[in-house]
Amino acid sequence: MIKTISRRHLLAAAGRWAAALVAVTVLRPISAWAAERNHKAFEAKSLDDVVGAYGGSSARLSTDILLTIPEIAENGAVVPVAVESKLAGTRSISILVEKNPSVLSAHFVFPEGTDPYVATRVKVAETSNIIALVQTADGYYYAQKLVKVTLGGCGG
Amino acid sequence: MADPMRIRATMVDNKVDVKILMAHPMETGQRKNPDGTLVPAHYIDTVTVTCKGKTVLMAEWGPSVSRNPYLAFRFTGAAKGDTISVTWKDNHGDTRTDEAAIA
Repeated sequence: MIKTISRRHLLAAAGRWAAALVAVTVLRPISAWAAERNHKAFEAKSLDDVVGAYGGSSARLSTDILLTIPEIAENGAVVPVAVESKLAGTRSISILVEKNPSVLSAHFVFPEGTDPYVATRVKVAETSNIIALVQTADGYYYAQKLVKVTLGGCGG
Repeated sequence: MADPMRIRATMVDNKVDVKILMAHPMETGQRKNPDGTLVPAHYIDTVTVTCKGKTVLMAEWGPSVSRNPYLAFRFTGAAKGDTISVTWKDNHGDTRTDEAAIA
């Protein structure tokens, strides 16, 4: 009996230590990420769903978003995309590929002092619109352009 | 541990121009091995760039960012010689942080 209890105590103590260790080594770095990644947005299948996942209702077309992509991409696995927002109070820019299995590719948050500009490379499964979605203080705006893909970027 | 990132940060008209190249497979989870089994998804899902203790860019990524991701952006409030620090985390929980001095 005594042996069982001490064993139980030992296990409980070990459990606490393990939990403490996990808290120190794992939870702290994760909590250092200012915002938790929005999983729902990354599972969205349309522009409206992405806007909804970020808490908006709808996005308006804007000519103040400069979206730079190639007209034709020979290799859909590497399609350069640059987005610059001229909209006042731009908080974030998201890059969406309309025909990809999940439309949202990347979401960038701009703290004060950082230009509302970003350039990256994305995979495009098939000929599709690329959408740049911008969140400002007064709502969501987007711009879109078509990229023709001769070789798909997903699979293969 | 993944290979180091290549980070270039240069002053252009009072702004810091940052270009980053990360080494990561960015597997979508939809590609199949020759034997028909799926290659599990393995991609960077969060990126944070800091300079002098302040976050200058935060990014959330899906698996459709290209393999060996490239990222470029600009920010103000730093000078030549300051250090920028880039950290990524992937969906397996692996992380990597690299630093570069602004030139």
